[in-house]
Amino acid sequence: MNEKKYEVRKPISDTIFEVFVVVFLVLFVVITLYPVLNTIVLSFNDGIDAVRGGIYLWPRKFSMKNYKTVFAMQNIWVGARVTVARTVIATVTSLVANALLAFVVSRKRFLFKSQLSLFWVITMYVNGGMIPVFLLYKNLGLTGTFHVYWIPGMISAFNMLVMRTYMEGIPESLEESAQLDGAGYWRIFKDIISPLCKPVYATIALFIAVWQWNSWFDAMLYNRMKTEYTTLQYELMKLLSSVMQQSGSAENAKNGAATITPITIRSAVTVATMLPIVCLYPFLQRYFVTGLTIGGVKE
Amino acid sequence: MARNKTREKKDAKITWKEMKRQGFLMIVSLVVVIYGIIFYYWPLTGWIMAFQNYKPKKGLLGSKFVGLDKFKFLFGDEVFIKVIRNTFAMGVINLVATTIMAVLFAIILNEVRRAWIKKPIQTISYLPHFLSWIVVTSILHVSLSPTGIVNDLLMRAGFIKQAINFFAFPKYFWPIVAFANCWKETGWNAIIYLAAITAIDPALYEAASIDGADRLQKIRYITFPGIKPTFLILLLMNVGNVLNAGFEVQYLLGNGLVQSVSQTIDIYVLKWGISQNDYSLGTAAGLFKSAVSIAIIVIANKISKKYSDQRLF
Repeated sequence: MNEKKYEVRKPISDTIFEVFVVVFLVLFVVITLYPVLNTIVLSFNDGIDAVRGGIYLWPRKFSMKNYKTVFAMQNIWVGARVTVARTVIATVTSLVANALLAFVVSRKRFLFKSQLSLFWVITMYVNGGMIPVFLLYKNLGLTGTFHVYWIPGMISAFNMLVMRTYMEGIPESLEESAQLDGAGYWRIFKDIISPLCKPVYATIALFIAVWQWNSWFDAMLYNRMKTEYTTLQYELMKLLSSVMQQSGSAENAKNGAATITPITIRSAVTVATMLPIVCLYPFLQRYFVTGLTIGGVKE
Repeated sequence: MARNKTREKKDAKITWKEMKRQGFLMIVSLVVVIYGIIFYYWPLTGWIMAFQNYKPKKGLLGSKFVGLDKFKFLFGDEVFIKVIRNTFAMGVINLVATTIMAVLFAIILNEVRRAWIKKPIQTISYLPHFLSWIVVTSILHVSLSPTGIVNDLLMRAGFIKQAINFFAFPKYFWPIVAFANCWKETGWNAIIYLAAITAIDPALYEAASIDGADRLQKIRYITFPGIKPTFLILLLMNVGNVLNAGFEVQYLLGNGLVQSVSQTIDIYVLKWGISQNDYSLGTAAGLFKSAVSIAIIVIANKISKKYSDQRLF
């Protein structure tokens, strides 16, 4: 608006630039959306027909068979249950743990404030690595159990720091007046700080939930033998990896179709796996945008 | 003097009272510190394994020390040298590519004035971030398959006669990984840059307009300097992660034919440490990675401190 007021006439370079902007954004949107849409379309197409290729934005031979096949797979249901359970449990426990820690660390008068902060910041940069961690979980009896999904990652320094930054922005006077009224720190946390922290709690909860929903490596590493603790992503990964191995062998393209999981079935599992998050995230947009902005300017 | 004294006394008294009042904070601290020691600090003792011939039966204390033998083996292993190269190369390519894309996308999106265009594009741009790497590689695999859209377009345009199996040739692997990273994270990474651009004083742009600057000039002389601090701090934060950026995609997209370019340190650790049960070798490779990462962070921090006022610690 302001620009129009001052500009006498638009330089030609601006017109060129505007064309570039439009082209760039159109390409960006197409490249982002098309593969996802195409996967959805494929999941509704007949399996044998799809091998011919040439399916773009609409199924050629519509079929619900892929989904019927997928929903008849027992392991998909087990994976779905485990995934939902771990997402819910880990989100709640991890949110509470990180919030409590952030609360403690953000109290200006707390005696060990800086030491405790440092203790956690160090964990962001130094870690034991895959093998020592694997052995630790084994020794603690966490491998082969459901608990390996939510206990080890409960506190994360990054999430804690984002919350700390947010809490530090809350005026200290609120805490002081509550203290004068005789409130202890637990009550200050529960009744004063937490209600004010709802946006940042939502952000962190979203981060944790997405992380949990999308995890597969822990299922593979710690619960490979325990089919009852498989996750949705890991089941999809198993379907995919058989295909990837096929890509590795030379003449797969033509005669591979019979032995590997059909592309349409894989698409159906992919859609089923991503659907919940894809439907939810647009509504949580403002939370993660604020959260990330806080996280970016931390320290 | 007298007043000072009473004040000191009062302070001391408050501290003692505070100690009691802070009981809840102390208890929470104690619990989380115990948790942190178990899950974050205790595994560090496992680094000893890198200098041992670790046998699970004998444990950390009973296993034989072999000095730097495991490291000698690692650096004598041609595969490991390639693995280091792959990890570094892909880490750097990904960092550069994703940063450029994020900055470019943020700047271009910022040029769109109409909210009804800007908002939906932004929402769409976040979408891939919420998909798991499994889903992303699955989608990528569909798109790049012999019957997929990429081969289709290339054939229609006449660039190729026959469909290419992109996953069978080492030369395509790094670009595919870089593309996958950009596809997944551009919109997400742009959030911070967009926030930084929004924080730039609009008066600067107005002044530039009066001086007859076109939009490109405004981007170059106002937007770029405006996002420079954000750019530097993010670079500083991410540069230490260069070696960590090489696991999921490579593991999921790699196969026998492209092994020489797809294997990264983490995959090597997984292969030797977990699958072959050579815990010591796996730990040694992991320790090497951690050490290099920390060195990179410290050096980057020093450099940044010297040339600008941005620093991590």
